[in-house]
Amino acid sequence: MTREEVLCDLRKKFKDDIIEVLDKSPKRVYIEIKPESIIQVASYIFKDLKARFNTASGVDTRYHMEILYHFLIEDINLLISLRVKLQKPKLEIDSLSTIFEGANWIEREIHEILGINFKGHPDLRRLLLPDDWPDGVYPLRRDYKEWDKNAIRDRGV
Amino acid sequence: MAKTIIPIGPYHPLQEEPEFFILTVEGEKVVDIDVHIGYNHRGIEKLSETKTFDQSTFVIERICGICSTSHPFAYTRAVEDIIPIEVPERAKYIRTIIAEGERIHSHLLWLGLAGHFLGYDTVFMWTWKLREEILDVMEILTGNRNNYAMFKPGGVRRDIKSEDIPVVIKKIDSIVPTLEMLKKAVIDDPVIHARTKGIGVLSKEDAINYCALGPTARASGVARDVRKNSPYGAYDKVEWDMIVTHNGDVFDKLVVRVLEVFESIKIIKNCFLNLPGGEIDANIKDIPPGEGIGHIEAPRGECFHYVRSDGTNRPVRHKVRAPTFMNLPTYKATVIGEDISDATIILAAIDPCYCCTERMTVCNIKRKKIYSGKDLIKLSREKTKILRNKMGVK
Repeated sequence: MTREEVLCDLRKKFKDDIIEVLDKSPKRVYIEIKPESIIQVASYIFKDLKARFNTASGVDTRYHMEILYHFLIEDINLLISLRVKLQKPKLEIDSLSTIFEGANWIEREIHEILGINFKGHPDLRRLLLPDDWPDGVYPLRRDYKEWDKNAIRDRGV
Repeated sequence: MAKTIIPIGPYHPLQEEPEFFILTVEGEKVVDIDVHIGYNHRGIEKLSETKTFDQSTFVIERICGICSTSHPFAYTRAVEDIIPIEVPERAKYIRTIIAEGERIHSHLLWLGLAGHFLGYDTVFMWTWKLREEILDVMEILTGNRNNYAMFKPGGVRRDIKSEDIPVVIKKIDSIVPTLEMLKKAVIDDPVIHARTKGIGVLSKEDAINYCALGPTARASGVARDVRKNSPYGAYDKVEWDMIVTHNGDVFDKLVVRVLEVFESIKIIKNCFLNLPGGEIDANIKDIPPGEGIGHIEAPRGECFHYVRSDGTNRPVRHKVRAPTFMNLPTYKATVIGEDISDATIILAAIDPCYCCTERMTVCNIKRKKIYSGKDLIKLSREKTKILRNKMGVK
């Protein structure tokens, strides 16, 4: 399958789920989809298009919480990034770790640093943050404030 | 049978970095395993958001002492992807040479540690001696043995001097015969066969399901290498082969890494041969709003960086995904059902990332003699001879 066929195929198959396709460069495509349809689109890309799941990255913007799921189709060297925008304050999305194991750890990480709930995830324990980190404090959110008065952290100022 | 829990870590004499493995065993068999990480979490993604694009290059270089080229390489490619811009040809070749030098020293380091984990310290001594030569090469080329500080968005910071090239090639050539000897010794060694063959098998399906990367995936028959799949730098301009084996056990992971060292030597020599002239820096002025992705093949697998810019001089979001993050969860597929004595080498077989940056050599010239490598081998042979005579072994 060539690059054009893959994109055409995705557009046709998920007509109602895709909000916007941003064709950035020959190697990069950003596709914005509805949060409800992440399972169908991701499992089609992973299983039928034989893509490899790179990672997911969460971004806190002013109005939304964004998650980007990056998939690389190795045969045609195309990196597809599925963009999902979650309306604040309801931060919930279906977990991809039910489809493939590779999403397990990264969802645990996004859960603890951005506070997004992954429905159906088998094990949402903390991964990186220390045990004495308070609940409900998410370090990569825009409204994060220093909670530990004794901490010496680099503010970059 | 009663279940016993064996904790390995977080501070363990065998591991150079804090990781906490909780093994549940029944008799000698491992029935369950859980991993706790995060003892080294330094918040570099958050820190990088407070630095300028140029400063970030140095911050993320310090994520790891061994992959100290991979992270800046992926990051600079992500920044170049935002603009988008192509770096000059000469810079591409220099980047490739540095990245491959790092791969050689990293693989040799792992091979030594693997020998050490198996209780086979001869391998450890030999490989780390060879690694020293490569670190000297890196010092000639970049000025540093680790944390090379060669990369910047748009190119490289230092040029390679033409008078250094013959010296470097001679040094690299000098390790090849020892490496060949080591390859034969390691690959044909009955002790290593007994300890690693058929141990900790990662099947092809599991490698795909866990999204395993690098040598861990290639040993399981998944032909996955960013250098071939989505070429960057000079990898599509020089000749080299991707090493893929099919058994997925610890032995195959070892073979892949040993053979990859030879491929890396080939790449470096080819790059020196075809090194083009010209600029080494594209002189980036501003970084526009947008987002970029950079991914490269680090010694342990794909290193992935995502950078978002809002038009200021600092990134809004910088996501770093190191290869071990994807490779470590495969322990679930490999360790369960194995003997507890094999657990350490299986956990080490994915090459979890260790750090080594310190070094100092003090030569006290008032002492009578400084032993060279040859002297040490001679001494060791004499000692063995004396021992044999004492014990009556022919």
